[in-house]
Amino acid sequence: MSATTPSRLEKMLRAGHQAVTSECGPPRGSDPQVILNKARHIKDHVDAINVTDNQTSVTRLCSLAACAHLKLAGLEPVLQMVTRDRNRIAIQSDILGAASFDIHNLLCLSGDHQSFGDCAQGQNVHDLDSMQLIQTARHMRDQGRFLGGDEIARPPKMFVGAAANPFADPFEIRVPRLAKKVAAGAEFIQTQCIFNLEKFERWLGLARERGLLDKVFILAGLTPLKSAGMAKYMKNRVPGMDVPDEVAQRISGVPKESQAQEGINICVESIQRLKELPGLAGFHIMAIEWEEKVPEIVERAGLFPRPALD
Amino acid sequence: MIVAKGKPLEDIIAAVQDAQSILVAGCNECVTVCEAGGSKEVGVLAAALRLHFQNQGRKVQVGEITLQRQCDREYVSQAREEVEPYALVISLACGVGCQFMAEEYTTLPVLPGVDTLFMGGALERGVWSERCQGCGNCLLGLTGGVCPVSRCAKRLLNGPCGGSTAGKCEIGKEVDCAWHLIIERMKALGRLEDYEKIIPLKDWSTDRAGGPRKVVKEEVRL
Amino acid sequence: MRLSYPAHVRVIRVPCTGKVDLVHILRAFEKGADGVYLVGCLEGSCHYEQGNFRARKRVEQAQRLLEAVGTGGERVQMYNLTSGEAPKFAQYAREMSERILALGPNPAKLAAAAAAGRKTKEA
Repeated sequence: MSATTPSRLEKMLRAGHQAVTSECGPPRGSDPQVILNKARHIKDHVDAINVTDNQTSVTRLCSLAACAHLKLAGLEPVLQMVTRDRNRIAIQSDILGAASFDIHNLLCLSGDHQSFGDCAQGQNVHDLDSMQLIQTARHMRDQGRFLGGDEIARPPKMFVGAAANPFADPFEIRVPRLAKKVAAGAEFIQTQCIFNLEKFERWLGLARERGLLDKVFILAGLTPLKSAGMAKYMKNRVPGMDVPDEVAQRISGVPKESQAQEGINICVESIQRLKELPGLAGFHIMAIEWEEKVPEIVERAGLFPRPALD
Repeated sequence: MIVAKGKPLEDIIAAVQDAQSILVAGCNECVTVCEAGGSKEVGVLAAALRLHFQNQGRKVQVGEITLQRQCDREYVSQAREEVEPYALVISLACGVGCQFMAEEYTTLPVLPGVDTLFMGGALERGVWSERCQGCGNCLLGLTGGVCPVSRCAKRLLNGPCGGSTAGKCEIGKEVDCAWHLIIERMKALGRLEDYEKIIPLKDWSTDRAGGPRKVVKEEVRL
Repeated sequence: MRLSYPAHVRVIRVPCTGKVDLVHILRAFEKGADGVYLVGCLEGSCHYEQGNFRARKRVEQAQRLLEAVGTGGERVQMYNLTSGEAPKFAQYAREMSERILALGPNPAKLAAAAAAGRKTKEA
């Protein structure tokens, strides 16, 4: 099936290659060089770069502006958009804003609750939820119309994605939830970072049985652990995160100076194992504030150089 | 019912520091049930205020009254004789009652003595929990009788989000994940396949967003 | 047993300390009491099962309120004993009296006297 949008990420996926994406967090200030520098570390090793949207509700330079900077620098951004901070007017408006810079990838999210961030006293919006955001983006692209019904001049051509968390509760609805997002119009999925490979494989297997892998591109999320402390934190303090004991023990079993390297080793080995899964469309490597390690991970996992597209 | 919680005594004292005379006005309905503003709480607040002024060597008259309902103009105006002698009223009714009092007694300062929080019910003695935010377009029939607007911290209509853990919301273990409850309910009703039906964009114009609301029942108006 | 306890303790008998409401405690101080204490059954042995637990909660609430209005939270206390422990009753009475004597009179009385004194000076 040929690509429906000018998105290079979509082209890579539809060409049958396993895509590689990564993410960059914008700065807590207005200097665009910060994110451009992060992106330059990884640009040759990934097919697209996600820009987070006030992640964990900590106020940062907005994802849309950061994506515009990346696009102007010749890179392929994925605009992450949360429904926490904007109503449907701002959502449609920001999608048009992104389209005006020819940004063609949108990841639709609800967003972490504002109590986690620096403005716990603020309102949250959630005029739409992530499911309805997917529907809205597809509607604007495929019908060329606003939610209100009027025609859009130069409609956005978004390749629409969503997140999936095979490790959140309850497990029994995790695949139905994936099916729901696909029915809403999601074309690609980036999962929460995977440490429990067996559980992920089980989830993917169930998705495959339902025929979902023919309808959506699933990219496995991975985060390299920096230390035993980080493993412990993610295991115990992050909602919806599954870090098996063996993984936590493996990284705490090596001396402190070697833990970062061990974390990267675990990440590389995970990719090497998951690469073989039939129907897995690629990898989404989230190395927050550790972007410089992404090239090593991609190379050691055998995913470098990235395939050329015409 | 409407659930409210008494304001801290220190805040009330600070607000009435310069009063010459004070009437503490309670309400016999919701705030009685949630033990925030009924006649018992009126008695306690009035006694505490009297003690406060006594300890300052000041003689300040503090009266007590509990109306049947403060959200009813008839009851509010009937109390005129008892209310007028005072220089200030502390209303322990919910925000509705406090405003109705102020609308009737326009030359009298009416201060709130409670913080009004939500529409909810009692889980057990002393514990009241939110169940409704008055969105004006009830979809309980779609979600097995569990409201995602008032019980989901993100009011997701197609949840749960990725932060749901062991049936609890990402904001805290004391908060149930509404979508976990909805799924359990749908299982109990044998309707789990309905989970995959997408609930469409909500019309929030009947909610607070649409502006201050009114209900008019023409059938009973002459 | 005819044990002695301080004469300025006025005893008010109730069928259960659970009958004592928060407002009763506050009104006692309004009327000039320097201290108030409740003596109830041992926790777990309340004849009405939870009366003395409710009393303890109300005493704690009273302590917070009395602190906030300047009367002083230490002027109200909760004690527990069994009906056979008469010596303990006398001991609690002495303890409470000593505490209140150390704290001095109800501040309201001092404030009223000070206000009256100012009035006489002005007269």
